[in-house]
Amino acid sequence: MSIELKHVSKRFVDNVVLDGVDFFVAEGETVALLGPSGVGKSVLLKHIIGLIKPDSGEVWVDGQQVPLLGRKALALLRSRIGYVFQNGALFDSMDVFENIRLGITDEEKYADKDYCIQRVKECLRLVNLNEEVGRKFPSELSGGMRKRVGISRAIAGKPVYLLYDEPTSGLDPVNADVIDSLIERLQQEIGVTSVVVTHDVRGAFRVADRIALLSKAKIRAVGTAEEIIASRDPVVQQFLERDLEMAVIQANEVPTGERRIGGR
Amino acid sequence: MSAFTAALDLRRYVGRWSLRSASHAGRFFFMLLDLVRGILEWRVWVPRTFELTLGVGYGSLFIVLLVAGFAGAVTSLQAGYQFTGQLPLYVAGGIISESMILELGPVLTGLILAGRIGARYAAELGSMRVTEQIDALESLGRSPVTHLLLPRILAGVIAIPALVMLANAFGVVVGFITAKSSLGLTYADFEFGARYFFRPLDLWYSLIKSYAFAGAVTIIPCYIGFNTKQGAEGVGRATTQAVVAASVTVLMLDTILTKLILGTAK
Repeated sequence: MSIELKHVSKRFVDNVVLDGVDFFVAEGETVALLGPSGVGKSVLLKHIIGLIKPDSGEVWVDGQQVPLLGRKALALLRSRIGYVFQNGALFDSMDVFENIRLGITDEEKYADKDYCIQRVKECLRLVNLNEEVGRKFPSELSGGMRKRVGISRAIAGKPVYLLYDEPTSGLDPVNADVIDSLIERLQQEIGVTSVVVTHDVRGAFRVADRIALLSKAKIRAVGTAEEIIASRDPVVQQFLERDLEMAVIQANEVPTGERRIGGR
Repeated sequence: MSAFTAALDLRRYVGRWSLRSASHAGRFFFMLLDLVRGILEWRVWVPRTFELTLGVGYGSLFIVLLVAGFAGAVTSLQAGYQFTGQLPLYVAGGIISESMILELGPVLTGLILAGRIGARYAAELGSMRVTEQIDALESLGRSPVTHLLLPRILAGVIAIPALVMLANAFGVVVGFITAKSSLGLTYADFEFGARYFFRPLDLWYSLIKSYAFAGAVTIIPCYIGFNTKQGAEGVGRATTQAVVAASVTVLMLDTILTKLILGTAK
């Protein structure tokens, strides 16, 4: 029930995005993958679910090598993984109810309308949204609500793994805090193995058991929040300082809410 | 030295172009394979196909009939201009009906729908690709080909031949009305001319062409939209490419099918 990437390399034309990356997430663990924008965090996440194949290296999920899986085996594996996309990736032509229902990956349950209604309500409740939202279309939702509906869809199929791609990007600090709380709560309530891709250091420290820093196509540091803070690697320090500055700016902009910088 | 560099650049260009073409051919083939495989998942595509067929059919009916009507009227006026006083008037009936059934009905409908349906499909799928909706579908263990492509293609394949037949009929009716008012052609003369030149093969030929065009104006835009890259600009580029590629394919198929079906018919 673990996720492991061994010496994974990926390049797009001349741009090397991942260069011999090793990454491990143990069962029930939450690992935050930190790094500046455009460094390849989402690319790494997409390798885990098989949306991108590595040029070299191995990607193991649930004891299976993802790039070698056939169509059916890959679809089966994907039904055990919930993926939260950066901008929600909700289907515009469907209302919120149908969007979340599509996350119910068991075909028998998907066909059972009563089960679907109950499950969608349950998922909406888990992300602090009321039932009425189910009748709305994605275009009628705010950015924060879209993210929460995206999380609802990802958990609707009762996944064993949850992959979050920048769950708080583009949100104001208050809404980012709400999403972080939600990730923390879901982790406690459904106990899944999670990978959270983010460039928000505070959020990562809050939700993750361990943190990995991706920089210049390589994993630069891995460890607990304390270990990362104590790291003497200049790249790690520089990244943490930059986030600290951003946090101070945001704290001055938002008058309410608890600010926790660099702590859990 | 510069000649050497130019030769090297040309080699690189040809190499890249060949690789890209081979890559497109491979992806197109696998998409077709996925479409065939997807047919088994009928529970997914049947409801969506029904919904889309109504949209394609009703949505395109007005513009298709409008264009067919004008084509029928112009054919009628030109027949009058070219043949009055030289050929019996009933020949105009044959020219109008045969022109509409053999060429104008299917080809104009194909071209109009390459713009209307092709642009729509490419833009829809392209937007879904760049906003990660297609990735989301895949991440849920569902096939985007069965959920998105198959219903769109089947909707076109069902609706477009029906639209072509309606266009043929409407063009002929408008052509007759125009000929009656401008040339004084009677219904009896028109019917005689139309029957005189008509062969059942003509209608089959028109129908076969409409199915071929339906495939072109749905499959090509779906493929291009599905493989869109690079954000909003990519969606715009994909939409334009889809319309151009579908239109050119319609014209190519028109030539090939004419040679194959009418070229061998006696």
